[in-house]
Amino acid sequence: MRRIRRNTIRAAVAVPLLALVASGCSTAADRDEDTVRVVYQKFGTFIAMDSLMRQVKEEFEDANPGVTVELHAIEAQAEDYQTQVNLMNGSPSEAPDLIYQDTFTINQDADAGYLMPLDDHFDAWDERDQYSDQEAVAVTSLDGQRYGVMLGTDVRGLWYNTELLEQAGIDTPWAPTTWEDVLDTARTIRAELGDDVVPLNVYSGTPAGEMASLQGFQMLLSGTEGALFDDESEQWVTGSTGFTDSLDFLRTLYDEDLTLDPQDALDANVGTVNNEERIPSGGMAISLEGSWATQSWIEEANQPWPEWEEVMDFAPMPTQNGQGAGATSMSGGWALSMGANATDPDLAWEVMTYALNQENGVKFAVEGGQIPVRADVAEDPAFLEDSPKAEEFAALVDITGFRPAYSEYPRISLAVQEAMESVMLEQATPEEAAQVYAEEVEGVVGPDNVTTGS
Amino acid sequence: MAPALFLLLAFFAGPILWTVWASLTNAALTGAQAAQTDFVGLDNFTELLSDPRFRTATVLTVLFLVGCVFGQTVLGLTLALLLQNRNGAVRATVGAIVVGAWVVPEVVAGFVWYAFLEREGTLNTVLGWFGTGPQNWLFAAPLLAVVLANVWKGTAFSMMTYSAGLSEVPEDLKEAARVDGASAFQVLWHVVIPLLRRTLATTLLLITLQTVQVFTLIFVMTSGGPGSRSTTLPLLMYQEALRMGDLGYGTAIALALLVVAGLFSIVYVWMLRKEEDR
Repeated sequence: MRRIRRNTIRAAVAVPLLALVASGCSTAADRDEDTVRVVYQKFGTFIAMDSLMRQVKEEFEDANPGVTVELHAIEAQAEDYQTQVNLMNGSPSEAPDLIYQDTFTINQDADAGYLMPLDDHFDAWDERDQYSDQEAVAVTSLDGQRYGVMLGTDVRGLWYNTELLEQAGIDTPWAPTTWEDVLDTARTIRAELGDDVVPLNVYSGTPAGEMASLQGFQMLLSGTEGALFDDESEQWVTGSTGFTDSLDFLRTLYDEDLTLDPQDALDANVGTVNNEERIPSGGMAISLEGSWATQSWIEEANQPWPEWEEVMDFAPMPTQNGQGAGATSMSGGWALSMGANATDPDLAWEVMTYALNQENGVKFAVEGGQIPVRADVAEDPAFLEDSPKAEEFAALVDITGFRPAYSEYPRISLAVQEAMESVMLEQATPEEAAQVYAEEVEGVVGPDNVTTGS
Repeated sequence: MAPALFLLLAFFAGPILWTVWASLTNAALTGAQAAQTDFVGLDNFTELLSDPRFRTATVLTVLFLVGCVFGQTVLGLTLALLLQNRNGAVRATVGAIVVGAWVVPEVVAGFVWYAFLEREGTLNTVLGWFGTGPQNWLFAAPLLAVVLANVWKGTAFSMMTYSAGLSEVPEDLKEAARVDGASAFQVLWHVVIPLLRRTLATTLLLITLQTVQVFTLIFVMTSGGPGSRSTTLPLLMYQEALRMGDLGYGTAIALALLVVAGLFSIVYVWMLRKEEDR
């Protein structure tokens, strides 16, 4: 009797352990080889990828009987989307075959062993000549291997409402050449149009997340002599004049009431509210925003605003004193990449290249407000007709900058957002906030990886 | 015996052991550490103790806990006392309303309070009738806002347990005290509360354990903001583990949360220990 009981207990302990071990080690082998699992983001105003993949699924399955394209649309903000994809990647049996991937995270995910190198497939692809060298840089990791094919890129600059600017007596097309120009225009708008119109939006603070860091702060910083990261010494930069000046630009905006009320600016949904409500209703004159803002206004959007083409115009963001190229921009971009555990890489590659073909490229570029990276998409008449600002955007691609793609970046970016927030809430002067930032950065990357800028 | 042990091991001990192990490593969601996770000893805890975010979050968690537990206890006990000896219809009506808040899913409750307190919300509309300017309450007083919402949601639980406890208090003891000339308050303080001690201790403990882990409600209402002014430990844990991808550090925060809950529990047990032991 006693022996039996002991054995039962032993079995009770062993069975779950075995089950745990087995599930932990399960490989992709138990997955259906004819199913290609695609994971992508669908959130707020961004529905272009969903629309593209639905079409790809339908057409590809029709052309290839027996093949299933399994779609996983994740409805979450960019940061949460990445978390969810990473969690899927962490378990081989759940891992996706194809991933809609921010090119910015390719380094980290390749390091983690989540992605499959695509050099062989890409080199054998007859459409590879359509892609520029810049595209190759964006999807190649630090180890020199290609981990994706880019779908599109973007630039950032000043979207402005021509009607409101004209009402305030400002000539359009508006072409500011320095930060002071931008501020003066905002002051004129506040003086002429009163409290009903927000003169200038610059994303700021932690709730806006990466938007604040990239669209807001780094669009300012890149127009100064400062930088977040020094590529030559491979060190993070603190204490630069450019950093303090950029924060001072923000301080001026809030101090002189030239922007959103802090409590509205610190709403996590500020981006959606701006693009879907404040701008179309004429409640916001200028917004430092991405080139993709049009996706909130086109026919396929949640709340189409067909008049945008007549009302809205785009001006490059000037550098601080008009130095350098006179204008600046920051870019990101998304790619399709393949999971390291793809069940059938050749089949996954077929689905991938189908989604990336010329026709689909045009569709995605138009609906997603993207700047195409394929030459034959950029020249396509359908794209040019639907993207009236394509030329202005293309001009910025030559001078645009990218974020430092290191795994410490998310924490550095958070420190930037916190510095912005303390300035906008008047909890710190720009100098004090820059000092706190410097300490924070040193804590994140270690004193050896920090250099003091000028 | 065997099935129970199986379940305990698989769903209780397993995750706890995993958490303890993960907190001693540099496990991460992505990056090289995801491929090659190393044992780092107590590094995460050393970092935790010198992290100003952790200190702020601990203070906020304690404030949140104290506010919620105090609010829920006072409101719950008051409601239970008022409902005592009322007729069935009154009890049923009040009970249904209060328990309604308890039944509502956390996400819904969070959104209801968001809609009530935000800048264009109901509260401002009502205050507007009296000429008060609109105010985003979630921005002006984020911690108070989440405490209020959580008390609103949790009061039903304390009310129900106290009602049950009150019905156990023998009527003749109260009667005797009244005959001796005790006022209603004196009866409550000297007779009812001492007899309720055990119910109080259990309820306080349960409320604390529920409150210390509140995540959804705060996340929906303020996302821990503005800044980090409502970032309690569960929100900090989420930010570190899932936003920053630092699983090791996140699990270390989870264990710290356990310590906070444990300390509170010890305090209750000590405060409400039997009279004769004092």
